[in-house]
Amino acid sequence: MREFHGRVIAPGCATAPALVSHGGLNTLASFQKALQFGDKQATCGDQNNPDLYGKQMAGKALCLPQTIGSTTGGLVLYCACSMNRQPACLLFSNPIDSLAAAGSVLAAVWLDNVQMPVVDCLGDEFLSYVQDGMTITIGENGLVRVE
Amino acid sequence: MNLTAEQQAILDGAKGETMAKVMKTLVMYGQIFGAEKMVPVTSQYNHLVTSFGLKALGPVYDLMNQLIDAGAVSGQKFSVDPRPLDPKVPANFLQNLVFKKFMYSKQDFYEGQLRQLGLKDEDAFSCACYLDEQGNRPKKGEVLSWAESSAVVYANSVLGARCNRNSGIMDLMGSIAGFVPYFGLLTDEGRKATWIIRVETTKKPEAQLLGSAIGMKVMEDVPYVMGMTKWLGTELDEAACAYLKDFGAATASNGAVGLYHIDGLTPEAKEQGTSLIAPDAQVYVIDDAELQRVKDNYPLVWKNPNAKPKLCFVGCPHLSLQQLQDWTERLEQSLKAAGRQKVCIPTVFTTAPGVKKAFENSPYGARLAATGVILSCICPLMYMNNPLCGPMPVITCSNKLRTYTTARYYTEEEILMKITKGGNPQ
Repeated sequence: MREFHGRVIAPGCATAPALVSHGGLNTLASFQKALQFGDKQATCGDQNNPDLYGKQMAGKALCLPQTIGSTTGGLVLYCACSMNRQPACLLFSNPIDSLAAAGSVLAAVWLDNVQMPVVDCLGDEFLSYVQDGMTITIGENGLVRVE
Repeated sequence: MNLTAEQQAILDGAKGETMAKVMKTLVMYGQIFGAEKMVPVTSQYNHLVTSFGLKALGPVYDLMNQLIDAGAVSGQKFSVDPRPLDPKVPANFLQNLVFKKFMYSKQDFYEGQLRQLGLKDEDAFSCACYLDEQGNRPKKGEVLSWAESSAVVYANSVLGARCNRNSGIMDLMGSIAGFVPYFGLLTDEGRKATWIIRVETTKKPEAQLLGSAIGMKVMEDVPYVMGMTKWLGTELDEAACAYLKDFGAATASNGAVGLYHIDGLTPEAKEQGTSLIAPDAQVYVIDDAELQRVKDNYPLVWKNPNAKPKLCFVGCPHLSLQQLQDWTERLEQSLKAAGRQKVCIPTVFTTAPGVKKAFENSPYGARLAATGVILSCICPLMYMNNPLCGPMPVITCSNKLRTYTTARYYTEEEILMKITKGGNPQ
């Protein structure tokens, strides 16, 4: 078990299995099919992401460096939250990017009762250590426990 | 964040609950990035990324309705990304059924919302809004609240405007409030390059392949690209701008680049040179072998890798007038050499509505039509999102389209050979 400390972007507590992307998460490419065609598990459709392609993202602790790609990214995250198909939490090793930040803020301000804690700046070591299926627990003040 | 009295009053509800939420959204967004103030949006027009009435985007339409009902509409007129559908683009009965009944059934409704929110005009649908014929070309130094990754990177890099990689919806929020948080690519510091890219290829690199390689390497950082003036010259003429349009789109979609500098060519690089490079910048050398490595590593998700292509898309991002003219001449020459009159794979060129009108009003319009190529203003990505189109063997020279769909990437020369001769170049 190891603990990592990051910066809280969206507060909240969560416990969920880890799903790890070592490359940037292309939000549009990853979520578009799931949102369009009623896939409640949000199966990743990004063929360019070998870590995530074909894996279910909803309810997982998504561990990633940052998001990349289309500027629909924040809107896509917002829709995923509204449809309850969002990851259990987003854990960034890098400082959060503008698209993921927008998605988090839009969900916090414009949706009621949405839970998607977001922590960034967890460091490269976090992404090296965490593996798919490990249990992630987010506590107060950006403390992330991996076991 | 230090807000002006006007901004604070809006946040406190002086203009109603919805406007307070708009301001709260922008303030929270800025605070994440350490913004200490908001700055006025100074461009004439905005540009939004969300142009498609996708049934699945119900939460977006609900939010738009909240804004419209509260009178919280854009202070600027705006252009928007391309429409998703065009009856001229080949689609069978079932594909059309899915397009109209299941996917884009909200298109008319959503376009109605866009008109109420501030749509510039009925032809304002293009990802390349900055082309002269589209009329949304910001000036150097202007502050924007744009989204659309390829447009943002072009506006920052080629035009010298200042814009963060805003998300859809966030783009509109800045336009409604008239302010955006001051951080990132709006600041001098945020425009410094943290990567030096040395291009050492033996021939002019394919724009969309070079952009892809750089995007995948630097992600959201700012690259300073050296070694390009021998291929592009030192003036931003039409050919250089078209190249940089396609290059930038690939950096932004294969990575998350919002600004690049081209040594000796783009405005800030011409003015400030290598002083734009931050201390301790990393170095990435790109030669012929590196470009080949990048291309060879693109995943091929066709069920049958040897399938004969059924459709070809050229023009993501939308083609400029000069590009359409160049393609027409190349097509004519290649078809003549092959002893053909028309392309042998159904091919769609996509461009902006204003460019399409200008092109079709010139002698080139009839010449392109004679080759059998269909000219359209749609977004090919929106076409490919149809689950009945995805399994089709579609080819493209757009790295952006490759990234988001099952379309297979080829260089422009390879595409030309395939659609005119049915094979690869010798």
